[in-house]
Amino acid sequence: MENRVLMKGNDAVGEGAIQAGCQAYFGYPITPQNELTAYMAKRMIDEGRVFIQAESEIAAINMVFGASLAGTRAMTSSSSPGISLKQEGISYMVGCELPGVIVNIQRGGPGLGNISGAQGDYFQATRGGGHGDYYVIVLAPASVQEMYDLTREAFDLADKYRNPVIVLADGILGQMLEPVKIVKGNPQPNSYIKKDWILDGCKRREPRMIRSLLMEEGLLEEHNWKLNKKYEMIKMSEVRVETENLEDAELALVGYGTSARISTEAMKAARQKGMKVGIVRPITLWPFPQKVIAENAEKLKAFLVLEMSLGQMVEDVRLATNGRCPVYFYGRPGGGIPEVDVIVDRIESILK
Amino acid sequence: MKKLFSRPESLTEKENLYCPGCGHGIVHRLIAEVIDELGTREKTIGVAPVGCAVFAYDYWNFDVTEAAHGRPPAVATGIKRVLPDRIVFTYQGDGDLAAIGTAETIHAANRGENITIIFINNGVYGMTGGQMAPTTLIAQKTATTPLGRDPKIAGYPIKISEALGQLDGSAYIERVAVNSPKNIAKAKKAIKKAFQTQLESKGFSLVEVLSMCPTGWDISPVEALKWVEEKMAATFPLGVIKDKT
Repeated sequence: MENRVLMKGNDAVGEGAIQAGCQAYFGYPITPQNELTAYMAKRMIDEGRVFIQAESEIAAINMVFGASLAGTRAMTSSSSPGISLKQEGISYMVGCELPGVIVNIQRGGPGLGNISGAQGDYFQATRGGGHGDYYVIVLAPASVQEMYDLTREAFDLADKYRNPVIVLADGILGQMLEPVKIVKGNPQPNSYIKKDWILDGCKRREPRMIRSLLMEEGLLEEHNWKLNKKYEMIKMSEVRVETENLEDAELALVGYGTSARISTEAMKAARQKGMKVGIVRPITLWPFPQKVIAENAEKLKAFLVLEMSLGQMVEDVRLATNGRCPVYFYGRPGGGIPEVDVIVDRIESILK
Repeated sequence: MKKLFSRPESLTEKENLYCPGCGHGIVHRLIAEVIDELGTREKTIGVAPVGCAVFAYDYWNFDVTEAAHGRPPAVATGIKRVLPDRIVFTYQGDGDLAAIGTAETIHAANRGENITIIFINNGVYGMTGGQMAPTTLIAQKTATTPLGRDPKIAGYPIKISEALGQLDGSAYIERVAVNSPKNIAKAKKAIKKAFQTQLESKGFSLVEVLSMCPTGWDISPVEALKWVEEKMAATFPLGVIKDKT
């Protein structure tokens, strides 16, 4: 019998991290991700692992920096305003090539905004987010099961590429209750990647240093090109996307996370009315699934991008179509939720 | 013939880039000597700051990481919590520790993190060109207090070690200076005690070192030694601030 339990999205992220072998979690209170910090406060201690409620999101990400450079799997989580504070640390982690998992349970912004689920942090997540020329892998779960699965996998990806990974969800997914199949243990064993770069004391080896400061002529450019090689590799190997009903589709809805769930409902409603609608659901937001968009650009009449924002991912869809297919957008910012009826009306008028 | 003086194993052979009369080189060496004497080189992890000592990882012959400006205590916390049997210390300047990183400093101390902080107080931001530090003395001229630090505009020199001493989490805090052979000997003793505090898992230890920055102060190295004694120590009295070891 499958071991399925009813869980909140935020708790599922926590359990995913536990099963991935996360040895240290550093949090700071912010709604709507508080269940996750509370879950870790209990579970990490149960497991004899490290839990700290940090004095700020800035301290929390720097504790991740420390735990990671010492060779362990580490995570922090927050929601939009707190993720802004973590950007300095994320940039340093990329520069120092340190793995780590950062969970963003997005809320409405800008500023303090509100505590509703929103998708306003897409640009921040997929364009690096902090200072400097870099990318982080961004995973976008659309169910509580995926909150669990993708968090587990985030640790593997982070270790594999020595780069931070962001799990980009939102307040709705964080608060939602759904059954989850718990798979115990790491997706890949910890020994899968040998960390021969960590700082754990120079016993029987030469001392090591970890740094992102590269002042000598040409050294930083060289480092950036090295990072770029990694990004190219990630773009080639790690794109994840789900499609549905594209075979006969005239229009494809594109949404991630909560918007993807709404697009599924909209597709069903539109098909009932006889409109040929399919779905493209990016699971990795960076690397963005450009190929599947590009491949369908010639045969579709249009893409309709759905977001809980003023339109951010829509730019990536437009880049991927490269002008070969019209791209429409429907979104609601600040905690607004795209409505199925409105989507169906839009589809109708686009295909008319 | 008996060898009386040699380079500690914990120092690399790399020539340091510090200005003539700067105190960093002395403190780097004291730390290296102490780590050699405690026999902990192979289990020590240092955290270098942003500031003049940003290149500390070039000079120490053990594992060293950089940290973002002001964040070394948080980074050290992350390391120490997952590797509790290692010796973890940060090396921070006054801007790093007592301005941009004040929250990280206070909360690491308040949690009683079993780490050691070596805090270099030279009253200016050296690397960026001698701007006012949180520890700049009243009336002291810097690049950003050209008429001297006026408390009405820029507040007062911060006595962060005394503040940290108030916290239940701190175990050992001492203020020393490196402007004379006698003071250097005392500084070494304090640094050793701080590391021993950590080795014995007694909690948070910090040594504040009053140190010279002739370049930032725009005076000669010899005058700088006097300035530490006469001016700095008057505002920042030397001695043990907290000891519950």
